Amino acid sequence: MMSATLMELDQRDRGGPQQPLLVVRNLRKHFPIRSGILGRVSAHVRAVDNVSFTVRKGETLGIVGESGCGKSTVARLLMRLINPDAGEQIFDGDAVGEHGGISVADLRRQVQMVFQDSASSLNPRMPVQNSIAFGPIAFGTPRVEAVGQARELLTRVGLNPALFGGRYPHELSGGQKQRINIARALAMQPRMIILDEAVSALDKSVEAQVLNLLQALKRSFNLTYVFISHDLGVVRWISDRVMVMYLGEIVEIGPADTIYTGARHPYTRALLASRPALDPDQRREEAPVSGDPPNPINPPSGCRFHTRCPHAEPVCASRAPSLGAEGEQAHRAACHMQDPASGHSQAIAA
Amino acid sequence: MSTTIPGAATAEGSLPTQRGYWGTVGYRLRYDPVTLFFAALLLLIILSAIFAPLLAPFDPYQESIIRRLKPPGFRGHMLGTDELGRDVLSRLLHGGRITLLMGMVPVLVATLIGGGLGLVAGFAGGVVNAVIMRVMDVFYAFPSVLLAVAISGAMGGGVGNGMIALTLVFIPPLCRVAETATTQVRNLDFVDAARATGAPLRLVLWHHVLGNVLGPVLIYASSLTSVSVILASGLSFLGLGVKPPEPDWGLMLNALRQAIYVSPLVCAMPGIAILLTSISMNMLSDGLRSAMDVRS
Repeated sequence: MMSATLMELDQRDRGGPQQPLLVVRNLRKHFPIRSGILGRVSAHVRAVDNVSFTVRKGETLGIVGESGCGKSTVARLLMRLINPDAGEQIFDGDAVGEHGGISVADLRRQVQMVFQDSASSLNPRMPVQNSIAFGPIAFGTPRVEAVGQARELLTRVGLNPALFGGRYPHELSGGQKQRINIARALAMQPRMIILDEAVSALDKSVEAQVLNLLQALKRSFNLTYVFISHDLGVVRWISDRVMVMYLGEIVEIGPADTIYTGARHPYTRALLASRPALDPDQRREEAPVSGDPPNPINPPSGCRFHTRCPHAEPVCASRAPSLGAEGEQAHRAACHMQDPASGHSQAIAA
Repeated sequence: MSTTIPGAATAEGSLPTQRGYWGTVGYRLRYDPVTLFFAALLLLIILSAIFAPLLAPFDPYQESIIRRLKPPGFRGHMLGTDELGRDVLSRLLHGGRITLLMGMVPVLVATLIGGGLGLVAGFAGGVVNAVIMRVMDVFYAFPSVLLAVAISGAMGGGVGNGMIALTLVFIPPLCRVAETATTQVRNLDFVDAARATGAPLRLVLWHHVLGNVLGPVLIYASSLTSVSVILASGLSFLGLGVKPPEPDWGLMLNALRQAIYVSPLVCAMPGIAILLTSISMNMLSDGLRSAMDVRS
């Protein structure tokens, strides 16, 4: 089955390795806030605003940011579990949900998702092997065959099918449930898996096991990952490229090592500095970035980070910095200090 | 992890005995003596109603002026006689046919319709939910007895119209219970995960939503059965349901009510019949619910 999977993957790879697996352009989602008995829309939560990025074949793109920055909304938008207000999504050269492109159902067959809450992401009334087999059965795989494949996948994620296949979710630990969730995603033979805080709720030791499992599966199934997490260390370890989000916007994107050693955006630097230091001498007394993120209902004008930024100047409040076009540079940051022409006093020289 | 579970010893590769969800539920039910007992009791009640003509010792319509309100055991009348001298046991057996019909059919139909509407409303949300639930709220504005009386009054009496009226009365509360349960389940990640496979919506609903909604709906529906019997008797009392001298538990209860000081034991008989039926229904659905809750 596994070698057959790889061959099939090659057939589905239409654009070749150079074509990005996923291109997202100007993705936008504003959630309306209704108030009053008539339910009039009084405001919008600007959860995701003009987000553009690409995911290359075979890479792992990490997405980091504080709670509420729109990471999970991006994940659900990519799966079309919620519909975007605007924006294009191109999967291996095919526009999603547009004439001449691929349908949402086709997209979902090739992109799967692993959810954060391993407890609520499995049906409590279904033996786990049936949960894994549900997708394939829905697409016409005979029941016995699908359950057989599910049991094979259980082995692949490190669980003995004879012992675990017939169990219900409440009979499993958090790590085991997350392995089941991964197996369920694999059952659809996807090309890309979105891991939305997939290991965040696990113990550190279990987290490491699951991360290693994910790396191994990525190689053997030829997968592409979008790895969403607030844990910077984990993201650095697993990601090839990292995208930093703040209040629904991308503030910095680039190769993982470059971001972690030479962050350009003050927010990224603050995030990195907020990691607890392992060396007691480097322990800091003050938080590198103070306060909560501003309300995404009325985000700050200009650069959305200027209210918390130590380098903020009048230009930051008046004009929004641009991330720059894709393809210009591998490492890009949306900060006036990166733009020689911005008028910021600390801007880099041209 | 060290606990041995059946089938675990089976060699790898060959599939051990696998029960799906419903198989597990059936397995658990078989080891629940209380539920089995009440299921048997309910079956007995239904069977005795079906075979009433064969079982009844007397003609349920045979009146006798000299045998009025006799206590149980009087000359072969095992449960006594009523205010017109008719054999209570025979009337209970025959009455069970219409009473059970009017008690169960409306609830059954209302569960299908109301539960289905609630499922759709809860899952779709938004405008669909608002339309369905506001219509249900209109029905809620009337007391259920009044509504049943009004509907069957408008459509004319008779058993059939009575059942339709009762069905309409039971749809809104069942719809609400189903809607609440569905709304809770809908937002859980496993429903999103099922949708994320790209599976057709009906399969997602059937496999992932329904099983988690059915429990509360079934429990509520079973408790409505006894309400339905009482409401049906109310309709009969007003001349809108069963017409005397047709035997019906509710009608019997109403008629014998006046003789409660003369012959209390006989008076209690139709009440006991209703009680046994509704207890069996409640216990059966409670057993089903706990068997369906595989977590316990």
